[in-house]
Amino acid sequence: MKHTVIAWMEDKPGVLSRVAGLFRRRNFNIESLAVGHTETPGISRMTFVVDGDDRQVYQVSAQLFKLINVTAVKDVTHEPTVVRELALIKVHATSANRSEIIQLVDIYRAHIVDVSVESLIIQITGPEERIDSLINLLRGFGILEMVRTGRVAMVRGNGHSPQVQHNGVS
Amino acid sequence: MSEKKSGAQIVWESLMLEGVKVVFGLPGGATLPIYDALAKYNYPIHHVLVTHEQGAGHMADGFGRATGQVGVCMATSGPGATNLTTALATAYMDSSPVVAITGQVPTSLLGRDGFQEADVHGVSMPITKHNYLVTDIRELAQVLKEAFFIARTGRPGPVLVDICKDVQQAEIEFEYPETVNLPGYHPVLSAADPAALARAAWLLNHAERPLILAGHGVLIARAETELRHLAEKINTPVATSLLGISAFPQTHPLYIGWGGMHGEAYTNFALQECDVMLVVGARLDDRLTGAFSSFAPKAKIIHLDLDPAEVGKNLVIDTPLVGDALLTLQALLPLVEPKEHPAWLAQIAEWKADTDQRDLLAQESDELVPPFIMRELWYHTNEGDCIVVSDVGQHQMWEAQYFIHTKPRSLITSGGLGTMGFALPAAIGAQIGRPNELVWVVAGDGGFQMTMGELSTVKKENLPIKIAIINNGYLGMVRQWQDIFYNQRYAGTPLFNPNFVKLADAYGIPAVSVTRRDEVGAAIKQAHATPGPFLIDFQVEPLVNVYPMVAPGKSNADMIRRPLSVQAEE
Repeated sequence: MKHTVIAWMEDKPGVLSRVAGLFRRRNFNIESLAVGHTETPGISRMTFVVDGDDRQVYQVSAQLFKLINVTAVKDVTHEPTVVRELALIKVHATSANRSEIIQLVDIYRAHIVDVSVESLIIQITGPEERIDSLINLLRGFGILEMVRTGRVAMVRGNGHSPQVQHNGVS
Repeated sequence: MSEKKSGAQIVWESLMLEGVKVVFGLPGGATLPIYDALAKYNYPIHHVLVTHEQGAGHMADGFGRATGQVGVCMATSGPGATNLTTALATAYMDSSPVVAITGQVPTSLLGRDGFQEADVHGVSMPITKHNYLVTDIRELAQVLKEAFFIARTGRPGPVLVDICKDVQQAEIEFEYPETVNLPGYHPVLSAADPAALARAAWLLNHAERPLILAGHGVLIARAETELRHLAEKINTPVATSLLGISAFPQTHPLYIGWGGMHGEAYTNFALQECDVMLVVGARLDDRLTGAFSSFAPKAKIIHLDLDPAEVGKNLVIDTPLVGDALLTLQALLPLVEPKEHPAWLAQIAEWKADTDQRDLLAQESDELVPPFIMRELWYHTNEGDCIVVSDVGQHQMWEAQYFIHTKPRSLITSGGLGTMGFALPAAIGAQIGRPNELVWVVAGDGGFQMTMGELSTVKKENLPIKIAIINNGYLGMVRQWQDIFYNQRYAGTPLFNPNFVKLADAYGIPAVSVTRRDEVGAAIKQAHATPGPFLIDFQVEPLVNVYPMVAPGKSNADMIRRPLSVQAEE
């Protein structure tokens, strides 16, 4: 089963290398990974998707938490979360099919962010399944280039996730 | 306002404030400022010059294991630092407190592939508990403070601090921080969760065939007494891991040996048949468990460890206890009920009687076999009143099988990484850390030759280390696997050895060679009677194998048993 895990870490030199090295060395199967700043200066937040059973995912989280610069780890798979990914898709578009593509973009509530004579860049934000679905439909037109950010996630509701944990992983 | 000090001075003054009295190292271009400050300011820290940086690392490791304090080693950039890596990986696998200080090229040359530059920060990342690259003198004191804090607290481990040469030369007002700022590091300092403890106690109280498996964590936490109280209260047999040897007195009636690939058969039978197993401070690695899926199939496992990542890493655990071993065993003791397990203990005694019949020392033989030497060594050291530092291979297993350890921390060996060449330098660290103890090196002829340059360190420091080389002319454990699994094709395992007595003589170290059983005791007595170091070259039967043996990937129940006589296997 796929798990969504969030890790908070000090923004120190080498921290990404430590995390990436850990995933590689322990042979963890990481499907996507996204890192960025948080509301706290000096703390970065990583969302990653790992495929495995509960015990394997606990092991990933525990090993991550053991890194000195990692301040908190939380498996949010079983919590109500907002999960989003962003993709930019450059698709081949001619005057003949451009309006058909624009219709699809509208249906998916995506945006066209660049237009040129023979192509469009489409920006879509949403859960992965919706992005996958649009990509499938666009394949027929010819996808010239594509980039996806990987999943980011946030737990719904009033509470906020602790950026520093003292006792193990949650 | 305090006066300005150089980065090099800050290194030594920080070490002094951390209580460091000795540093093992070898200088080079990128550590010249540090070494110059030592000479210029005459800091009261003893620098032990080594012949190879790997030796410095093992010495710091041996010092750390013998004393529980942080061992410190030092090396220059590039090859100096990469030579440390084997020792760092060794210390990391066996949770030993070490701080390694390495010089790095100046910050202006970082990443330019200049002379003696290696990415030591990157190289050491997966083999240290934590590491630092210091490029700004304003961070230096804080980094050193954190390095020592991380190395010694929680589950101990090595920490490397790589310091650019210009940082060593820069100056700043020095103030050693009183606190660390590590928001992501919270070593567990408490007993395990009460609910989990209650569950553990319930399991132990209802067990019919309980067993305690004690590991290195018991010794690190200094929880030997608490372990004994618990075992005695519930009359539960205690097995150990290899690194757990000496965590429980091997003469205690509840002691049932150490388990795993070369553990005694009765120990492995007990591990396989128990119904509740309390594991204390052991990683449950493959050498101990055999095939993970086949280990202790009838047992509900309670796993007590300080490191949450160890619990459930290799086996499915019924009851995880994440906590300090000493505090958790103290908390568990009042929760368990006094018990007798006569049928279970009788069953183990029956297995043990069978094992005893296969004891190599019970056989009629004049051959000089290593188990005989190990038992003699035990006998002539006032029944084990010494620290044995063993290397890696057959002799290591025989030492563990036939030397009887009753004193905590009386065995230092490379268990996790299995680093040949560990023993001699680690013994130097142990002897310097505990100068009043008798220290014996037990090493094979192969491993000894990997770091024997450190004989010069032994002599230079005039350390009274006694060295037993178990010389069988082979890389014996590899030869044993070739014997059993590769049709006796001894590829690369026969050794060409120097004359070890003459070699020792070249260093000014007295030595004798022993080829017969009746010479063993006298040679050991001579070693003890000779002030300073002494070396014995035990020329043993070459083709003896270590049994029992669990083939890799097999179940511990599936052992190749010890044969009835040594001759029978030749």
